Amino acid sequence: MHMADALLSPAVGTTLWAGTVAVGGYASKKLKAQIDDRMIPLMGVLGAFIFAAQMINFTIPGTGSSGHLGGGMILAILLGPHAAFLVMASVLTVQALFFADGGLLALGCNIWNLGFYPCFLVYPLIYKPLTGGSKNPGRILVASIASAVVALQFGAFSVVMETLLSGKSELPLGAFVLLMQPIHLAIGIIEGFVTAGIINYVRGARPEILDSIAASRPLGAGISLKKVMMTFAVLAAITGGALSWFASTHPDGLEWSVEKIYGRGELPEQKHGIAPVLKDLQEKTAFLPDYNFKPAGNEPKKKEAVPVWPGIEAGTSLAGITGAAIVLGIIVLIGMGIRSFRGRGKG
Amino acid sequence: MTFDEKYFDIGRLDRLSYRDTCVHNLDPRAKVIATMLFLITVISFPKYEVVALAPFFLFPVLLMTIGEIPVRFILKKVIVVSPFAIFIGIFNPLLDTGTVAVISGVPVSGGWLSFLSIILKFTLTISAALLLIATTSFPGVCHALRRLGFPPLFVSQLFFLYRYLFVLMEEAMRMIRARDMRSFGTPGAGIKVFVRLIGILFLRTVDRAERIYYAMLSRGFQGDIPSLKRSRMAAADLAFMAATISFLGVFRFFRITEGIGRVVQGLFA
Amino acid sequence: MSHHIVDFKNVSFRYPDGTEALRGINFRITHGESVGVVGANGAGKSTLLQHMNGCLMPTSGTVTIGDLTLTGKTRREIRKKVGIVFQNPDDQLFMPTVFDDVAFGPLNLGMDEESVRERVRKALSMVHSLDLRDKPPHHLSSGQKSAVAIASVMAMEPDILAMDEPAANLDPKSRRSLITLLKSFRHSKIIASHDLDLILDVCQRCIVIRDGTVVADGPSAEILTNRTLLEENNLELPLSFQRR
Repeated sequence: MHMADALLSPAVGTTLWAGTVAVGGYASKKLKAQIDDRMIPLMGVLGAFIFAAQMINFTIPGTGSSGHLGGGMILAILLGPHAAFLVMASVLTVQALFFADGGLLALGCNIWNLGFYPCFLVYPLIYKPLTGGSKNPGRILVASIASAVVALQFGAFSVVMETLLSGKSELPLGAFVLLMQPIHLAIGIIEGFVTAGIINYVRGARPEILDSIAASRPLGAGISLKKVMMTFAVLAAITGGALSWFASTHPDGLEWSVEKIYGRGELPEQKHGIAPVLKDLQEKTAFLPDYNFKPAGNEPKKKEAVPVWPGIEAGTSLAGITGAAIVLGIIVLIGMGIRSFRGRGKG
Repeated sequence: MTFDEKYFDIGRLDRLSYRDTCVHNLDPRAKVIATMLFLITVISFPKYEVVALAPFFLFPVLLMTIGEIPVRFILKKVIVVSPFAIFIGIFNPLLDTGTVAVISGVPVSGGWLSFLSIILKFTLTISAALLLIATTSFPGVCHALRRLGFPPLFVSQLFFLYRYLFVLMEEAMRMIRARDMRSFGTPGAGIKVFVRLIGILFLRTVDRAERIYYAMLSRGFQGDIPSLKRSRMAAADLAFMAATISFLGVFRFFRITEGIGRVVQGLFA
Repeated sequence: MSHHIVDFKNVSFRYPDGTEALRGINFRITHGESVGVVGANGAGKSTLLQHMNGCLMPTSGTVTIGDLTLTGKTRREIRKKVGIVFQNPDDQLFMPTVFDDVAFGPLNLGMDEESVRERVRKALSMVHSLDLRDKPPHHLSSGQKSAVAIASVMAMEPDILAMDEPAANLDPKSRRSLITLLKSFRHSKIIASHDLDLILDVCQRCIVIRDGTVVADGPSAEILTNRTLLEENNLELPLSFQRR
């Protein structure tokens, strides 16, 4: 399930982007130091493979509906966490651009939800211990199903949290969770079956391929790294969650401090202009009188139950609607004008 | 969508992105930055905002018309991906029923307003993202990302992904056709056949990666994908950015739509 | 000019899965020669070509290119001298635009921006494809892809050119222009192909390999008219010699 721009607040969107960029930067730094050159085209082409594979539907047994591969788990198993995360990120980026799955702001969330959990959480903590390096198809099946289920549960729960923290949806936490988690349990089981099926098929047909990929991928997934990763993951999740919650309950003041905290060093693109401009923009917003979303009081984490939204009436008056109609009319006219002008120029 | 539809859809979008219009000729960096600013501005409007979103349609409309992108094509794609946002948003009218405004005697509930707001934001953000790629070639976007500081390793992933996307989609399409031709009914599309199909596609992909690696080595590959510096930001690009930023700023901070409405109402009162 | 010499001495190669692809290959190509390598599917033609620039390293025996013996250390130097055009242009063209692809080699040689652009322009003009510069490879026809694949190797200005099935998937006209282009390349070239007419047209000398060994080596005009030899190797007379 892809998160969508329209459900996000800027605070949540940028926080998850920051988290994703940080993990992506970490993964590419790690890879760059350890990678075998051979992996570079392999990763890229496997990205295209996952993309193409996701487009193929199959019939889910006993239901008649169709499913498709997610891919995060299989990439992690084949390529190891760092490379898999980058590949997954690139697959989701291309999807966001060509299919508009989710959108570009939500891309940060989607990479996090579908890339971070399978690669850095589930693979080292569930898949590896469960298989224990065994090549037994049964163990691989069990480990794959467990991993895919857990990864998708995390992913689905993140979608819930991101939506709720953004505050654009009225769904209460409980109902939302009930809506999302069971579906993703089913999807996870199927994903696990498919993942194990592919791994086992490849192992049966050309066993040397898996070994040679394993040989050229970065080493050092040992205990210490696992610990480091784990700490990192938990920290990132906590800070990300806490900050975005904090920011969304205090939209005027705190949103952009998130940027400042995450924005040192690891975020190279932040220097090049976007962040400062945005910050400036947002700071100005805070002082403008008609910035009309001010949460009712400062009670933390209380469901906004009271319909006290100053400015809402102003925004939805008859004048507002008249104005919107006129503006849209003008825009349509401009569009048609340009079109007919260009048409004439050509004809 | 079936595989074929998706495939031709991507192909069409890709071809559009190589057109030669003044929107296409803008520096990709300018378009990437402008699009991101546009998205953030739209998203930054509060939950119940509807009216002030109207002027923002100007941005996609201008890109679409000047860039000669077919409106229907973009709209169709927006609709195809809309279910999730609608699914989540539709709960708002059900759960948030308190009246927040009365317009010409009709009470309007907060839920409907926020739902409408989600739909508008959805249309704006998705069409902006689609228009970015419809007016900028994907390699252009990648070069822009690289020059905006994204890790080279990640950008090279995007390069390869884009390059082999079409090759592998064609390969997959041939395999699906073979599958569907020989499975007269549902069993062919079952999970077992699917797994084997993907397995074969995977093996072919790994072999291909090896051949590509050799081709790269033969031309001096040493672990880095080199790239030439592209064009510099020209006056037109800076003007485009400045125009976008001032447009976004003006309509974000001043309630112009409502003002226009009030003036017009005054005229007819 | 000794640097255009290719010398294979007793070269054997075994793939990690145990397949013996080459068994004691011997031949020597001198400057300016053009040599066709023919043989059945799986005879070892592609494996042989991959030894020419160290994509594969011989399990035993030596490969010498010019004054350099192929080793892990000389590999990089040798790759500047030997340009290989692989069989499938989709694998050969791995960059997202034609320009980026042709520029890949020269950039890796560490050339500056101006000279890279000049090289790209020259190489693309050579194959009459300059106007394809900004296109992505998946918008090209098979003939155009082959042309650009050759340009991408030519941009490195190699001393020796090796090609694997250059005419596969080409329509007759593109094939004809490929032949013209190959004839205009003055340095040593080695072409592995099933297209015996092309070999006859372009190469004076022809090597037949079977099961990883050289079974015949001599003037194309002799070898390619030897029906018995060709049929023993799953080949047949070039069409231009076949009479109904």
